[in-house]
Amino acid sequence: MTPTYYLVLAAILFTIGAIGVLVRRNAIVVFMCIELMLNSVNLTLVTFARINGTVDGQIMAFFVMVVAAAEVVVGLAIIMSIYRTRRSASVDDANLLKY
Amino acid sequence: MNNVSVLAAEVVSSGETAAFWVLGPIALAGAIGMVLSSNAIHSALWLVLTMLSLGGFYFVQQAPFLGAVQIIVYTGAIMILFLFVLMLVGRDYSDSIVETLRGQRLAAILLGIGFAGLVGGLIADATSGVESVGLAEINADGGNVPAIARLLFTDYLLAFELTSALLITAAVGAMILAHIEREPGSRPGQKEQSISRVTGPRPQTLTGPGVFARGNSVAAPALLPDGSTAEDSRATGMEMRRPPAIASGSIDDLDDVTVDSGANRDGVPQ
Amino acid sequence: METSYVPASGLLGSAWLLVLIPLIGAAVLLLGGRRLDKVGHLIGCATIVADFVLALALVAALAGQAEGEQAVTDTLFSFIPVGELQVDIGLLLDPLSAVFILLITGVGALIHIYSIGYMGHDPARRRFFAYMNLFVAAMLLLVLGNGYVTLYIGWEGVGLASYLLIAFWYRRPAAATAAKKAFIMNRVGDVGLILAIFVMFATLGSTSFADVFAGASGLAAGTVTALGLLLLLGACGKSGQVPLQAWLPDAMEGPTPVSALIHAATMVTAGVYLIARSAPLFDLSEAARTVVTIVGLVTLLYGAIVGCAYDDIKKVLAYSTVSQIGYMFLAAGLGPAGYAVAILHLLTHGFFKAGLFLGAGSVMHGMNDEVDMRKFGGLGSKMRITYITFALGYLSLIGFPFFSGYFSKDLVIEVAFDSGGALGWILGGGAMLAAGLTAFYMTRLMVMTFLGRPRWDKDAHPHESPSVMTVPMIILSLGSVFAGFILVNVIPLGAWLEPVFGPEPEADHVVAPIVVSILTTVVVALGVAAAWFFVARREVPIRPPVNVSPVIKAARANLYGDAFNESVFMRPGQWLTRAMVYVDNRGVDGAVNGLAAGLGGTSGRLRRTQTGFVRSYALSMLGGALVVTVAFLAVRFV
Repeated sequence: MTPTYYLVLAAILFTIGAIGVLVRRNAIVVFMCIELMLNSVNLTLVTFARINGTVDGQIMAFFVMVVAAAEVVVGLAIIMSIYRTRRSASVDDANLLKY
Repeated sequence: MNNVSVLAAEVVSSGETAAFWVLGPIALAGAIGMVLSSNAIHSALWLVLTMLSLGGFYFVQQAPFLGAVQIIVYTGAIMILFLFVLMLVGRDYSDSIVETLRGQRLAAILLGIGFAGLVGGLIADATSGVESVGLAEINADGGNVPAIARLLFTDYLLAFELTSALLITAAVGAMILAHIEREPGSRPGQKEQSISRVTGPRPQTLTGPGVFARGNSVAAPALLPDGSTAEDSRATGMEMRRPPAIASGSIDDLDDVTVDSGANRDGVPQ
Repeated sequence: METSYVPASGLLGSAWLLVLIPLIGAAVLLLGGRRLDKVGHLIGCATIVADFVLALALVAALAGQAEGEQAVTDTLFSFIPVGELQVDIGLLLDPLSAVFILLITGVGALIHIYSIGYMGHDPARRRFFAYMNLFVAAMLLLVLGNGYVTLYIGWEGVGLASYLLIAFWYRRPAAATAAKKAFIMNRVGDVGLILAIFVMFATLGSTSFADVFAGASGLAAGTVTALGLLLLLGACGKSGQVPLQAWLPDAMEGPTPVSALIHAATMVTAGVYLIARSAPLFDLSEAARTVVTIVGLVTLLYGAIVGCAYDDIKKVLAYSTVSQIGYMFLAAGLGPAGYAVAILHLLTHGFFKAGLFLGAGSVMHGMNDEVDMRKFGGLGSKMRITYITFALGYLSLIGFPFFSGYFSKDLVIEVAFDSGGALGWILGGGAMLAAGLTAFYMTRLMVMTFLGRPRWDKDAHPHESPSVMTVPMIILSLGSVFAGFILVNVIPLGAWLEPVFGPEPEADHVVAPIVVSILTTVVVALGVAAAWFFVARREVPIRPPVNVSPVIKAARANLYGDAFNESVFMRPGQWLTRAMVYVDNRGVDGAVNGLAAGLGGTSGRLRRTQTGFVRSYALSMLGGALVVTVAFLAVRFV
């Protein structure tokens, strides 16, 4: 058991999040998948902090969390306003910007 | 764990190993469950599971502050925000099973597996021989929180201050985005409501839900003395439960009544 | 031969007026617009008549000049003063140009007057007279120029006027095509002329007659021959000589006065003028002169043969012109002995051929513009004046004894025999044979037009033309009767032209002149008799017979001259053009358009990838991330 396991787990979680973004259509679920990807990155940061023996990685993770919190607030507000005007939270329905 | 030499490799305790093998599958299961659930609320709950597991990992990896933040802020606040918005907008919406974009799922899965294999393999290859230093020494000086604070308020002060600006901007932005500007006078004030109530066709108060009904849920309409449903008592914005069949005849129209939750959410008297 | 030029003085200094008067006439008529429609023809005639009077005065003054001073130059202005290239516009009045200005203004005035009647019903009569004046001005500049550049300006001016007048009825496709044909074939000749001018400037540094003739003897023999051949090419183009003869018969699409003035009497003889004027050059090159004689012989036989087969009265006269100019070339190519003879034949031809064309125009005027001789016949009684004047011109053309043509043509044949050797026999024999052919086709023309049974269309009402047309015809017929006699015996042309061509060499007769005369007359009589036998004694079918001998077929197709041009020049040109167009469309445009279409098509297809679905974009981002990772790996480990 080495910290490498955490990293591999984080890569797998990241990929699952990415696949979720690609296959889910509910904007909120897509958003949750993005949160999962952020969290997996946080896990790597924390793991590297431990490997290097400094807390800089933890501070990075901390900042990621702060930014993620801000992002969630804004993102959910955007989803709400989209839903309000289009009566739909599907990312496929918002496809006006095309050829 | 208590190795004091600076660059000496710490020893991964068997407890941590056990914790990893317990929490790791749980985190994976949560992630997969989130992606696979067709119900968005289930997805959110699956994600909560994953995040709790990650919080556990942080604790295990000598980052108790982050672990706490993870559980309190992420799992506690952010996920609740998610659920809140879900309740507002996407509650009745669940993904169709059918994929509309041709080849999207297959391509996503293939690319995902390729990416995971590549990155995971690379990381495993690059870090397989690496021994971790561990944070025992840094955390020993007053604990993890002072260690982070020491760095945060010195080297990362500027970034820290910028995040505060970011947060306040996000808060204002969210308010602006979620706010609905209404024309002054388009919404009746207290005076208008009182006048309409007194001069309207129904001087008395509306029948409350659940009156004379068997249940007292807000979803159960009130019954009139003759046993029929009091239409006025129906709450807006939710499915009405089928009332107990006291008098058959007028209950067929209650099947799956869904009142438009968006338009009447504010409960404006019609 | 040394030519000394003296500066102009007195009346002789006003030669430039000769060019200016008709030029002003043309400008006034063209710029005056419709308000001059009523008087345009009078202005047009007045300028030419005034020109004729001035020309008479000038020639009289020139005749009064002392011996050896009969070549008067007048430099008007500097035209191209650039470094080595100093070109002046100047005039030269000498006996040769005097003869020409009299011919041009005299015959020109008669034909202008005739045109008042002939073009009387044409709404564009003013334009016609404007172009005619323009032509006279350009032609006078051509013959009066004291250098090749001035000559060239006139040369191109008459080409332009010829083009404008052939296409006078430009709404008729045939006329427009004929005008283009004339213009293009003239261009071919003009290239020869301008190349000759370039060669002169390159070797002699000057283009004026005085400098060129003075320096010619110092040139290499090859250069002189090249100059002579290039000038001959120019002359062939302008005079309708083989191989550039095809435009002249087609030019008959223009109004008949145009045919008479430009395409019979004056412009087409400019080639003869060019060769006669360049006599000092041709004197130096035996080879060039031989080529000139051969061109003349081939052309005179060609014109005579083809003229026998055509039924179009104007086309017959046109081929007759080709043939007669061939005589002039033949004579001019014979050197000092022939120049004066060529000019003599040119003058007599100017009279009788102009008269014949005017007669033909009078016939057409009375026959609703019909030109097919098979639909004429018996017109002699209806058009008495036309008949008589035409007959006089006819007798002159075939060389009936003591008519104008007799003197000049006989002299040509004589000089041809006198040139000696086998070539002399061939030239003389050919010319004599052509005289017989001339007699044949002209008798055929006379018989089919004026004699025999009428074969008119139902709506034809032949009538005599008004006197404004008949008077010029009468005057020209008088010229065609007496001009030859006068120019040989009363005012000998040879002596008059002596300052230009030098003294006529003592004739070394191979065949006695009297024998030539008698033989020629006999041949002509045979030709007349043949025509009488074949044409007059039989009924003339209205439709030309189809089953004829190959010779007649070939002659009807003008000995395949047009076919040759079409197959050798036109078709390959068209193929080349088509190939170029194809290459341009498919190759150049194809590359450009193909590139654009390819880009457009590719863009259109790439555009389809912009589906608007965020998830598709995210998928490509993931793919891109994968590619970047692989690329890093590749760089790192490979």
